[in-house]
Amino acid sequence: MTASAEISTERGTGSEPERVVMLHAQDLFCVRDDRILFQSLNFDVRGGDILQVKGSNGSGKTTLLRILCGLNQSYEGTIHWYQERIEEQTESFYGSLLFIGHRVGVNKVLTPVENLRWSCSLQKQVSDKELYTALKEVGLHGFEESQCFTLSAGQQQRVSIARLLISDASLWVLDEPFTTLDSRGVKQLEELLKNHANAGGAAIVTTHHNLEISALKELTLV
Amino acid sequence: MSIQRTTTIKAFQATLRRDLLIAYKRKNDVINPFMFFLIVATLFPIGISPDPDRLSEIATGVLWISTLLASLLAMDNLYRADYEDGSLEQLLLIPHPLYFMVMAKNVAHWLISGLPVVLVSPLIAYMLNLPAESFGTLFITLLLGTPVLSLLGSIGVALTVGLGSRGLILAVITLPMSVPVLIAGTLAVQQTLNGASLAGYVAIMGAMLLASISLAPLASAAALRISVN
Repeated sequence: MTASAEISTERGTGSEPERVVMLHAQDLFCVRDDRILFQSLNFDVRGGDILQVKGSNGSGKTTLLRILCGLNQSYEGTIHWYQERIEEQTESFYGSLLFIGHRVGVNKVLTPVENLRWSCSLQKQVSDKELYTALKEVGLHGFEESQCFTLSAGQQQRVSIARLLISDASLWVLDEPFTTLDSRGVKQLEELLKNHANAGGAAIVTTHHNLEISALKELTLV
Repeated sequence: MSIQRTTTIKAFQATLRRDLLIAYKRKNDVINPFMFFLIVATLFPIGISPDPDRLSEIATGVLWISTLLASLLAMDNLYRADYEDGSLEQLLLIPHPLYFMVMAKNVAHWLISGLPVVLVSPLIAYMLNLPAESFGTLFITLLLGTPVLSLLGSIGVALTVGLGSRGLILAVITLPMSVPVLIAGTLAVQQTLNGASLAGYVAIMGAMLLASISLAPLASAAALRISVN
């Protein structure tokens, strides 16, 4: 059994080293069930970066994202947010973070608009107009008032993606956001990621999908 | 960094409103524990004795135990759906103290499951032939005691929400913690009937309520972080 993790960080074109480092992970080490998922893992995420985390199934992609968000505490190493450890400035970090996990955080009995209103108002004040506009943009026009259990998995995913449109968060952490989306949805999300990066934001994404984004950084877990 | 960051109070309100809305849309989650309370309280006269004197002796205990069991039954809904659909993770990743979010969920949960039981308790007390002068005492102690049961139960639910097969573990964790409330609640009704002052019991139960308001959400929050880990 292999007990090592090999990391190769490839730089895409157009990355300028002087951009400010938002997130800095140092010497991350994580073991699960006597198996080392990764060790001595170092990487930076700068403003404007889109970091794609790659790796085979079970290689620890989701675990890594959850560690970065602070959902998983069983790791060693340090994670810095703007030069300070995230544990020491959780309010500033969580104010700038938007996480969409495997389970997208959409309650089945509520409607898309009610779900979106709640998840957005945890971070910032939103008007109903913003909510409806965002839902329309992700292609849920006409479904705003349907209960979410009547929607397809892809449509529920779109409810969570609508949060990206409203949020001011500068760091997006997305775990397999493309799985249930149709080809139009995939295009749209890629567009969103590009715009976010151009506006100086950063994103960490796990996907097996080949992202059509230039200046993509890759991190491969083995 | 964000321009119009919401206040903790706004986030509290949003969570409270959301949970009440979910309860409104899932009416059977609200009605079932309440019906369970009525049925359990009704089973005692059938099982023990319909004799009015006998009933008035056990009425307080029956009411408190039924309340405890109904609160336990309703407890499981508190975080499970949120854990399963990922909303709980969202709740952990916000720039507000988790204490207040847990509090919002507990308040909503008590309004849905605790308050109806308190409101209907004089009627059940009448059915169990509790002396009429105790109705007020019973009502006040239940009003003080049921939030404590919710807050304590919340810790147990938060600890077990990540487990695949929860089964009875929740009852095993929660019921022993509820014993002081049960003792204070039943004693208050019985002793005031014998001429004791209500003030002391209200003070004790009020102290329990304040202690659980200030401490239980912290424990729940810590337990939730462990469960999501």
